[in-house]
Amino acid sequence: MNWSLIWAIARKDLKEVSQNKAAVAPAVIVPVMFVVVFPLAILLLPQAFSSASGNAFSLQELEGLLQRMPPAVTQALAGLSPLQIWVVFTTGYLFAPMFLILPLMMASIVASDSFVGEKERKTLEGLLYSPTSDAELILGKIVASVLPALALCWASFVVYGIVVNLAGLPVMGRMWFPTAPWWPLMLWVVPAVATLGMASAVIISSRVGTFMESYQLSASGVVLVLALMAGQVTGVLFLSVPVAFLVGLAVWVVDAGLLWVGVRTFSRNRLFSRL
Amino acid sequence: MAVIETSGLSRAFGVVHAVRNLSFALSEGEVFGVLGPNGAGKTTTVRLLNGVLKPDAGRMRVLGLDPATQGKEVRRQTGVLTETPSLYERLSARENLRFAGTLYGLGRADLEARVNAQLDFFELGPRADDKVGGFSKGMKQRLALARALLHNPKVLFLDEPTAGLDPEAAHQVTQLIEQLSHETGRTVFLCTHNLDEAQRLCDRVAVLRQGGVLAQGSLAELGRTLWRGLWVEIDTQIELGTSLRRDLSRQPGVQRVEGEATRLLVQLSREADIPDLVSWMASQGARLMRVVPRRHTLEEIYFELQEQPEGRPV
Repeated sequence: MNWSLIWAIARKDLKEVSQNKAAVAPAVIVPVMFVVVFPLAILLLPQAFSSASGNAFSLQELEGLLQRMPPAVTQALAGLSPLQIWVVFTTGYLFAPMFLILPLMMASIVASDSFVGEKERKTLEGLLYSPTSDAELILGKIVASVLPALALCWASFVVYGIVVNLAGLPVMGRMWFPTAPWWPLMLWVVPAVATLGMASAVIISSRVGTFMESYQLSASGVVLVLALMAGQVTGVLFLSVPVAFLVGLAVWVVDAGLLWVGVRTFSRNRLFSRL
Repeated sequence: MAVIETSGLSRAFGVVHAVRNLSFALSEGEVFGVLGPNGAGKTTTVRLLNGVLKPDAGRMRVLGLDPATQGKEVRRQTGVLTETPSLYERLSARENLRFAGTLYGLGRADLEARVNAQLDFFELGPRADDKVGGFSKGMKQRLALARALLHNPKVLFLDEPTAGLDPEAAHQVTQLIEQLSHETGRTVFLCTHNLDEAQRLCDRVAVLRQGGVLAQGSLAELGRTLWRGLWVEIDTQIELGTSLRRDLSRQPGVQRVEGEATRLLVQLSREADIPDLVSWMASQGARLMRVVPRRHTLEEIYFELQEQPEGRPV
């Protein structure tokens, strides 16, 4: 395996994607919504209503949900004021799965485009004639997709941390974010999910006929994360440090299998048979 | 040793036989043309020979390697100009060449030198840092050719190099190919349905139809195979008399005499009969102005071959 070839393919794809406004625009707009607009609205609106009406902030609507949370959450929230509970519970817990959606969203845009996009732009044939092995070709495409997705997620995480801490400062009185479970989430689970999403999307892209077909199939991966999010909200699954580690491990095992199958089954012969 | 050699090469896509029982050999420095209508199997042959498609049957060797199992090694030593230029339009000409050079394992210093040399040779230097999306078709084709040659391949595959180009750009690309093949001694495998281009560039041609070879050889060989004997145009200063014309048709090697007045068309068994014919006519007092063996054009050969009944290779 020649990693310089894999890196060359990845670099070329990154350069191409960066020149594509249709790919860059959603990659900027959606994270800005997730990590700036939504958290600001969630943090600032209750503070504004509370001070405007002169009434103390109440958690009546959330009580049922909080009761269903595991003991670790209720312990973390113990001793906090209702407004502080609102800040920590929403931005510290409920928002976590958003960071799993981001790489999958990137997967549906960037990775779906990888092979089938080259085919549609009539550049695939030239690439397939290069002296790269089939494995180097597909790994290059996956690396090219995973790296920007991870960079986007981590950059979004930094911005989110700043927004949450600053907007929550009047309520919390200190910088409280990120809490412990966020580190394994961002450094362990998110890369695993990004690799899962990208590898699936690239493999799908190498087997379908059009970008739209690839995009729709890849976007269905987001549904899995929405299920995870629903689990989070209902208290079924809480991403504590050990749970995050175990979830990440499970996803990495799936990734390893997926990459193995992807590399073993990818073939120029099949691609050319359909060109 | 043949640079490219195939024997009984076949590949089907479902019920369609893209390539059927293909056998040919190319020697070093040869320009070999593969002619045929769309769907004749030309592009599939290029793909098979570069190891990006697997054959269903048959044997092939490129530079002594088996493309089916050593595709990466084969592709390292071949350059391919595909029918569509396959260029990244959002990248500049220089970036396209750099990417290709990296895939061919060129070192950084060598890569920059070669990229600059190719850009200069193909007269793309002034537009080197412009995005390829803004290039004309002719410029894209020149850049694609520059990319195919960047790693100095031993064998160059050109798939319809002038398709879709305006006459001026096509002429320019043909000139470049002529220069590249005959000056550098590189082996060239040229797929085309441009017969003038093939006649100008190729040492030998193979004519394909529905995946099979109808005929192959040099123009002279194909002409001799298709039309028995050789036609010679003879111009005389004064018209030949009836008896002299009758005697001419009885000379050794003469098969047929046509034409009228001062322009005769004489069919001979072989080219070597020409000197005897000229001597005899001169001895009979015929005042010869011009004796020219008539060469068949590739166009005549091609259409004659395409009209041959199916399943009857020439």
